[in-house]
Amino acid sequence: MCNSNIYMPYPMRVEKVTNEAPGVKTFRLNFINAEDAQQFTFKAGQFGEYSVFGTGESTFCIASSPTREGYIECTFRQSGKVTSALTNCEEGDTIGFRGPYGNIFPLDEWKGKNLLFIAGGIALPPMRCVIWNALDRRSDFKDVTIIYGARSVNDLVYKHELEEWKNRDDVKLVVTVDPGGETPDWKGEVGFVPSVVEKTAPVAANTIAIVCGPPVMIKYTFPVLEKLGFTDDTIYTTLENRMKCGFGKCGRCNVGKVYVCKDGPVFTYKQLKELPDEY
Amino acid sequence: MQTENYTITDSNLQQLLQALLSSGQKVVAPVRANNKVLFKEIKSASEVCSDHVQTTLSAKHLAFPRTEVLLQYKKTGKEVTINDFPFDAVPQTFLWGSRPCDAGGFAPLDGIFNWDSKDAIYNKRREQLTIISFSCTRHDDACFCTSMGGGPGNTAGSDMLITPAGNGTNIAEIITDKGKALFENYTSLFEEAMGADKEQYLTKIDKVFDTAEIKAKVEAFFESKVWKEQSARCMGCGACAYVCPACACFDIQDDKHGSKGSRLRCWDSCGFQLFTLHTSGHNPRETQARRWRQRVMHKFSYMPDRINVVGCSGCGRCSRACPADMNLAEHLEVIMKMEAEKI
Repeated sequence: MCNSNIYMPYPMRVEKVTNEAPGVKTFRLNFINAEDAQQFTFKAGQFGEYSVFGTGESTFCIASSPTREGYIECTFRQSGKVTSALTNCEEGDTIGFRGPYGNIFPLDEWKGKNLLFIAGGIALPPMRCVIWNALDRRSDFKDVTIIYGARSVNDLVYKHELEEWKNRDDVKLVVTVDPGGETPDWKGEVGFVPSVVEKTAPVAANTIAIVCGPPVMIKYTFPVLEKLGFTDDTIYTTLENRMKCGFGKCGRCNVGKVYVCKDGPVFTYKQLKELPDEY
Repeated sequence: MQTENYTITDSNLQQLLQALLSSGQKVVAPVRANNKVLFKEIKSASEVCSDHVQTTLSAKHLAFPRTEVLLQYKKTGKEVTINDFPFDAVPQTFLWGSRPCDAGGFAPLDGIFNWDSKDAIYNKRREQLTIISFSCTRHDDACFCTSMGGGPGNTAGSDMLITPAGNGTNIAEIITDKGKALFENYTSLFEEAMGADKEQYLTKIDKVFDTAEIKAKVEAFFESKVWKEQSARCMGCGACAYVCPACACFDIQDDKHGSKGSRLRCWDSCGFQLFTLHTSGHNPRETQARRWRQRVMHKFSYMPDRINVVGCSGCGRCSRACPADMNLAEHLEVIMKMEAEKI
């Protein structure tokens, strides 16, 4: 490892493209080299650098679960240069991936607890990794509740998986859309995530809350959770900041002396409270 | 290894340089071009400039080039061939005539590029680099190496240090195995040590503060208005980072030529507005005050905390290069004198 180029990506085959929502796609990526597939491991919460050769690299999480071996998946919204180039990729194309980087959601520490997942919009992907990881070892945990919200019905991602979770007896799923985002046949909740959390969250005792969403959702959801009795060390989230390297050298992602790429991206609310307001 | 002392005459020093050049070695030294003195590859010993205080740019590009190819790719249909960095093509290089603060600037870079993940490209260039520094007999108003734990005759980071001792003689200190290897190739050019104290030949630079005090102060004043006051004239040009021997922040960009291209690493600066800008438009360091604070905190608080090295060697280049005349040492002095009630 010491003598290898840490910027070399794994060549990956785009195996499957799924259109999730307007501008949002999921890629299933297979390792082109068998030895890469064999040695690659990661844990829930980690991220990587995805690259389109000739356009550049972009940072996002691994959206598939480590329990599903042999491939990784990523979900992204077309927004910048690299995600636009990714959007134009087709099945069979070769892209680059390097990683995994960053810390993890400590699933092993959560054994025997209830899990409450709260996600908003395009932030379901980093949580989907943990959700499937937990569901694939379901007996380790007690009640599993998923609260997911998006601006509109059209903006909900992983629609098939939402259906799958809805039909499971061992998962409680609450899906909500922002007021005005519902369709005439919408059967889910209508309302912003924080208020739906207040209404539908399970009791805080013996429960871990994992929250991923846009900053405004996070900002209003954390106080609701505290009001419901969650302590700040039982609330987890994942931060994103602009990154180039992924391993503490390029100088962008630090919040004070804390590096999102190395110390995060997973933080507890307690840890966030100790960070300067610079993220 | 323990430092070994020898004497070398001016003419033998010239011969040493000439011998390196004659043997086909790559030698980089300060060269005067237009109004600037810059580190450049030389072909003749006569090109070396020796009457300058400091080069405009540091020598960091020898281990961390301004733009470098990390990998190359070629697309053929849906297939992509990736070519690794050519490690074996990195030439052995002798840096001749650097200052102790140039050599000292490599310690922060070594720290950053080896923080957990080892950057093999940087390390290869570093391993191939032998540093022959010259002690300072003059300094200017921007110099503050002594406040950063260095000094005009500091040996840290150099493989060999030459201190001019007058009357055509120099004290030669062999500091590392690389320095020793060079010495052993040209032993006949060196003589026994004179036993003279090199301090008497060095310029004197007052120590104004120390790094532990700065660390405590900048941390205590994180929320202070001082960052805004000091950066009000900063235009975010990034010159300070480009001339700095210890600034390592970089960007990664692809350079495409038809079906093939390169992935490049390029110098970047925390002073640029675009540096931390998210695609969404959100910018965690949205004001120049926050960017200036990041620059100072990174060097004097975060790096000491995380990798146990101060991100500054006190060379003063940032102060000399700044078009808005922001002087780092002066700004640090202001912070050192601040009292709690003035937050």
